[in-house]
Amino acid sequence: MARFDTPTEVVRAARATHDAGYRKVNAYSPFPIEELSEAIGFHKDHVSKTVLLGGLTGAAAGFALQYFTSVIDYPINVGGRPLLSLPSFVPIIFETAILLAAFGAALGMIIMNRLPQPYHPVFNVPSFKRASRDAFFICIKSEDPMFDQAGARNFLTGLGAKEVTDVEA
Amino acid sequence: MNKNFAAPSELGRLQSLVFGVGLFGLIGWVVGLVLSGHAREMFFHTYLVAYVFWVGIALGCLGWLMIQYLGGATWGIVIRRILESGAHTLILMAVLFVPIIVGIKDIYQWAEIDQIANEELRTLVAKKTAWLNPGFFTLRAVIYFAILLLLTIVLRRLSHKLDATGDPQNIGSAQNWSGPGFLIYGLVCTFASIDWVMSLDPEWFSSLFGLLTIAGQGVASMALIIMVCVVLAKREPMNHILKPKHFHDFGKLLMALVCVWAYFSFSQLLIIWSGNLPEEIPWYIERFKGPWRYIGLALIGLHFLLPFFLLLSRDLKKNSRRLVMVAWLIIVMRFVDLFWVIVPSMENDHHQAVKLSSYPIYILATIGFGGIWLGWFFWQLRQRDLVPHRDPQFEEAISGGSHH
Repeated sequence: MARFDTPTEVVRAARATHDAGYRKVNAYSPFPIEELSEAIGFHKDHVSKTVLLGGLTGAAAGFALQYFTSVIDYPINVGGRPLLSLPSFVPIIFETAILLAAFGAALGMIIMNRLPQPYHPVFNVPSFKRASRDAFFICIKSEDPMFDQAGARNFLTGLGAKEVTDVEA
Repeated sequence: MNKNFAAPSELGRLQSLVFGVGLFGLIGWVVGLVLSGHAREMFFHTYLVAYVFWVGIALGCLGWLMIQYLGGATWGIVIRRILESGAHTLILMAVLFVPIIVGIKDIYQWAEIDQIANEELRTLVAKKTAWLNPGFFTLRAVIYFAILLLLTIVLRRLSHKLDATGDPQNIGSAQNWSGPGFLIYGLVCTFASIDWVMSLDPEWFSSLFGLLTIAGQGVASMALIIMVCVVLAKREPMNHILKPKHFHDFGKLLMALVCVWAYFSFSQLLIIWSGNLPEEIPWYIERFKGPWRYIGLALIGLHFLLPFFLLLSRDLKKNSRRLVMVAWLIIVMRFVDLFWVIVPSMENDHHQAVKLSSYPIYILATIGFGGIWLGWFFWQLRQRDLVPHRDPQFEEAISGGSHH
């Protein structure tokens, strides 16, 4: 695992790592860097699907709730309007769709990131604490087909890393 | 990097092409008017629809021009020339407003109160004549155009100075004008939309109408900007400048404005529909009848739902070829929306002439008008370099790397 001090350096190093053929790579940064995930070849995640699923469920549930309360369970004639008054249903449908889409986003993110994760080998590196403050890390995993310990070490040092450490799995 | 940013010669051919298509539209318009049998009345009705459509795009360009100065985002730099050319057409639109004043009695019921058959409506409209009378209407239009042209010309002059001197002070001045300018622009657009469109139905009012119009202008002009960018991106010099990240930004802005338009439209419907008041609801009742009902449903599906779901995709927004198809859909639906808003108000007892078969004349009029508008627009666009390359943020705007 290699430490870098600026976002520009880490993005450049991540691109070089990807270009060198490493695929099982992880990058750590104190704040989101859009290019960083693209640089290590990370393109798609599936959170958008859980958001869509949550949104559609919310919309259906919002409609069902209103249909049940104002058409089936407690029909009231309001100013001669039909019981199934779609225009006035829309705001509630919208709200419940947003609510469940947000749940879908948060839960999907947490589950697919396998969080909460109280232990991870990278925590053994003392300077990794700085990953939430002012340092940027690139980690090449040993399961990468191109990985050999000395090669990866030399490669990361060659990219101008400030510090290269071995992480015990 | 190539330092020549002059417009490609193909723009000249494109200009001739739009003139040609426009001429075809104008001929079709005249033939349609003659065949309709009510040439005078139909002329002014179709003229109003075509005028409102194109003046909306011109105003939208002016609005985006001020917003991109205020925001200082880099997407604004690559389209600034397009916005300036679009805003410059307001000079043309000011002149082309004259026929609306000439035909005021053929267009607006309130201009000839004695002709209103319904006595109740006549009494009501008579009370509004302090505001709705031909003299004051004309004076207001003059004021609107004076303000709009002042903003256009000042911003244009500052941009010329920036090109000549490269002094970033000019950007600061443009921002200082754009702040209050945008506020005044909002008021002018609101008043103009009330005068030119809402007063077609002198009994009806909706306080959301101005904002709804501004949102519609924003969508239509952004769709046109995307189309022009796609044409330019295929040729020198813009093929080195316009990148997927720019189209991604335009796509996001288009989607945001589609949502704003839908939000305002729905809010207006919900408020009036819930209130169900006799002075407000007839406007919607008219539009829920006969063929208008299906046009209204088409607006929900094709002006909001379909573009919304398509524009959710990041890949689509970055792919200019697919984004431009959404832009075409939106431009067409903008016309349909204006048609749905304007035409039913002119189909009342005072104007019995209008029939279903006359609707294609509105399309031909808008195409003919578009030829003139786009001709002026491309003429302006060809005058100067296609990008303000002396803007201090220019390098950042065209760099492939950092996003925002």
